[in-house]
Amino acid sequence: MKWGVVRFPGSLDDTDALWALNHVMGQEARALWHKDEDLAGVQCVVLPGGFSYGDYLRCGAIARFAPIMKSVVRFANDGGLVLGICNGFQILCEAHLLPGALMRNRSLSFICELVNVRIENTATPFTCAARQGEVLRLPIKHGEGLYVAPADELRAMEERGQVLLRYTDAAGRERDDANPNGSTRAIAGVANATFNVFGLMPHPEHAVEAALGGEDGLKIFRSIVMSVEQASAAASAARSSAASSKTPA
Amino acid sequence: MSAANSAETPVALADEPAVDLEQARAHGLTDDEYYAVQRWLGRTPTFTELGVFSVMWSEHCSYKSSRRHLRMMPNQGPRVVGGPGENAGALEVGDGWVAVFKIESHNHPSFVEPYQGAATGVGGILRDIFTMGARPVASMDSLKFGAFDHPRTRYLLGGVVGGIGGYGNCVGVPTVGGEVMFDAAYNGNILVNAFCLGLARRGELQSARAQGPGNPVMYVGSATGRDGIHGASLLASAEFDASSEAKRPTVQVGDPFTEKLLIEACLEAMQSGAIVAIQDMGAAGLTSSSSEMAARGGLGIEIDLDRIPLREAGLTPYEMLLSESQERMLLVAERGREAELAAIFSRWDLHAVVIGKITEDRRWRVRWRGKLVADIPAVALTDEAPVYDRPAREPSTAAATSGTASGAASKSGAASSAASNLNAASSAAFWPSPAAALRRLLDSPNVGSKRWVYRQYDSMVQSNTMAGPGGDAAVLRIKGTNRALALKVDSNPRACALDPYVGAAATVVEAARNVACAGARPIGLTNCLNYGNPERPEIMWQFIRGVEGIRDAALALETPVVSGNVSFYNETEGRAIPPTPTIAMLGVIEDAGRRVTPFFKHPGDAVILVRTAAATLAASEYAAFFAGNTESLAALDLKRERGLIEGLVAAADRGLIRSAHDVAEGGLAVTLAQCCFNPDGVLGAEIDGMPEQGGAEVLFGEGASTVVLSAALGEIEKLRGLFGGIEFGVIGRVTEGTRLKVAEAIDEDVRELMQIHEQAIARRLAAHG
Repeated sequence: MKWGVVRFPGSLDDTDALWALNHVMGQEARALWHKDEDLAGVQCVVLPGGFSYGDYLRCGAIARFAPIMKSVVRFANDGGLVLGICNGFQILCEAHLLPGALMRNRSLSFICELVNVRIENTATPFTCAARQGEVLRLPIKHGEGLYVAPADELRAMEERGQVLLRYTDAAGRERDDANPNGSTRAIAGVANATFNVFGLMPHPEHAVEAALGGEDGLKIFRSIVMSVEQASAAASAARSSAASSKTPA
Repeated sequence: MSAANSAETPVALADEPAVDLEQARAHGLTDDEYYAVQRWLGRTPTFTELGVFSVMWSEHCSYKSSRRHLRMMPNQGPRVVGGPGENAGALEVGDGWVAVFKIESHNHPSFVEPYQGAATGVGGILRDIFTMGARPVASMDSLKFGAFDHPRTRYLLGGVVGGIGGYGNCVGVPTVGGEVMFDAAYNGNILVNAFCLGLARRGELQSARAQGPGNPVMYVGSATGRDGIHGASLLASAEFDASSEAKRPTVQVGDPFTEKLLIEACLEAMQSGAIVAIQDMGAAGLTSSSSEMAARGGLGIEIDLDRIPLREAGLTPYEMLLSESQERMLLVAERGREAELAAIFSRWDLHAVVIGKITEDRRWRVRWRGKLVADIPAVALTDEAPVYDRPAREPSTAAATSGTASGAASKSGAASSAASNLNAASSAAFWPSPAAALRRLLDSPNVGSKRWVYRQYDSMVQSNTMAGPGGDAAVLRIKGTNRALALKVDSNPRACALDPYVGAAATVVEAARNVACAGARPIGLTNCLNYGNPERPEIMWQFIRGVEGIRDAALALETPVVSGNVSFYNETEGRAIPPTPTIAMLGVIEDAGRRVTPFFKHPGDAVILVRTAAATLAASEYAAFFAGNTESLAALDLKRERGLIEGLVAAADRGLIRSAHDVAEGGLAVTLAQCCFNPDGVLGAEIDGMPEQGGAEVLFGEGASTVVLSAALGEIEKLRGLFGGIEFGVIGRVTEGTRLKVAEAIDEDVRELMQIHEQAIARRLAAHG
């Protein structure tokens, strides 16, 4: 399938996402320039990690005004798949494509380490290749990953199953010392209410090769591939014109 | 050396102070240097010119005390590419790739303003690498702080680590390793040495040598402000005293976001082929980059200051020329291709403006508001800057010259222990049990885990990191090849305080051995030489002995010295740091799949000790804790050291070993414990065949080159054959459980030891509240 990885000034893990998709997974991924508005017909947009625009002012606060983001918002509102990793998650929150916000880690310092996250809902395009309750080992590297949202919003999100990833220990138990940044309810990743936009602080693109320490990140990307293939199979079976119009030839 | 024969002479500007000997002294020039300036110009310099001379002739920029000695370093070899005189050397690492690497100090700024000082140290070394046309792929740092409970240490540690992370994490270059040491000898003068490694395709290296009179000179990157003025001359080339706080405005302020743009834009611009020469504006900013590029090409340069992008109005020529504002590059473009280059930089939202041109007449000429403000022969600022052969004299006692590192008491044994607060509480009469000593050592911030530090650094961006911080050497793969690079930064000031020659040579050997423990063949090194005031003969002696030690070890190991940096004046109120040459070694692993890690892996494997000599407590962490130490270092047999390294490389290459870990701070007992701390599941070990039983020297000595290996029982004899002439002994085996047993001396739970090791720094910071 076709992927687009947005390159903002200050994006850092864009080349890593492209490497994971193209070289490790054999996908067709291309960089999308922040000053462009053309999404080049991709089926999934990735907003990568890094420090877009230096993260000056507030993480993601400037990136949301980049020309490409107009197209990304339109794409998401039309049901297109958008994956925001780390800084990409922060941008999605700033752009109101995802609820909540990300604040400074409770340690007040940047943290780079492997963490365990539990899959909370497999009925989404981002997690369908994983098992319910499966624990993935993924790296985090961020200074601002403490997730917050208003209490009623959080309640609604939990009821709808929008919390897709939670920090746990290796056995999948929620524990305060397994929550690296102090996120509310140990939330590591959330989807929007229509489950086509997903933001997470851990970096699946940095866990795709055993030689570099793990492959659990593949579960996220494979889920996306699986869901897109299933959707297109279903679409061609049903000859649904609404679905096929989203994928320009 | 007469004045230019052009009719025009630089003019003094209104409001500028008069130039005389007094003014020259205030700028840090000696009387003789001032007279030399007058001879070069055939007249009295303008105030602007005086400022320019003072920075370019500062120790920091001119290497005037060290240059003649640095020439003895071996810098040639079959892998070396790139001519001398460039910013850094390059080494072929195979499959068409070349590695460019360098280490540089940012000690003085980091002591005055730890966050920005360390951050801009990282930024500066990155620019040194990508200006060569290489993409920076890894950073490391060597840090020395004062005693952990010194009142300033916590502030400096937090600031420096924050600055390294704040800058490094934001530019997308992983920080893959480093070292951190705490010792009272650095209470008044911390060390921050920043290393960067870059990779380029062979044939794509860039030059810093101007060519082609008439070619335009372009200024790229951040606008110029008033920060960093006289950073090189007044801050980095003088000792600290009570007034040092007031020098904080000489510390630059970093903007890593702009640096990231600069990296991408410069690498893209280099691909266009329109860049003739390029250099970053580091120390002495615009002045050094412009005069050095011109002088290297045997040419001149003309600069129009009215075209310099400014952060604020009202900067004088003096300020513009001396500013050390960060994230700026100067390049010589091919004539007619300025617009093409400007378009690339503008795509990345960066300034790129033509500010002058290359000339034939070898003069460095600067105009402002239509007036000539400086006119100096370019070589007078660079190659022809003063060079000194300063007197050197062996001190009667090592302690007389420096605050000796703790544990490394001098031959007289008197002065140094008092300098070390680690030693202050100890007494030679107190010998704890081996188990208690092991626990105490694992809890030392020098021995224990540095996780508190490195978890604040992004070590995985760029997707190459096979082994990050926390092991012996870091290992990075080279994408698209089977190869990997191993890198390690090392220093051993305690040994250098006892013997500056042996200590320096041993540091080179140690760095090489660490790289070899990862399975890599060491191929070259860079060094950062941190010493006291070179105007003192004892310091100069330490320095020369250090250079000789590095030279001899580099020759013996055939690891050329491709780049380096000297930091003098590391003193506070007459008290120098111990001699601290920092070595960063690069190694190549032909088959990345053959890399070796420090951890035991299979119960039943043999635990093997390989060493070149018996360990002693000289300069050890154990001695620093438990006993004043009057021993001297064992002599170093470089041939045997090379044999040990060759054996390790061959053992890894043939897949005969399952783990290899160098014995370093804390000695053998600590190393054995660390081998058990496998992150995939701890293991135990039973050690019953120690070379000699019981003594503290064997368990905790550090003096010798010693490696702990583990291997399947069937491989032992093949392995032994690889270490001919070097002591090789099976001392025990890896066990299923979680106990570390060493003869009758130690029987401890590995998980408990790991917990102590893990918390060594974190718990102290928590306790400080």
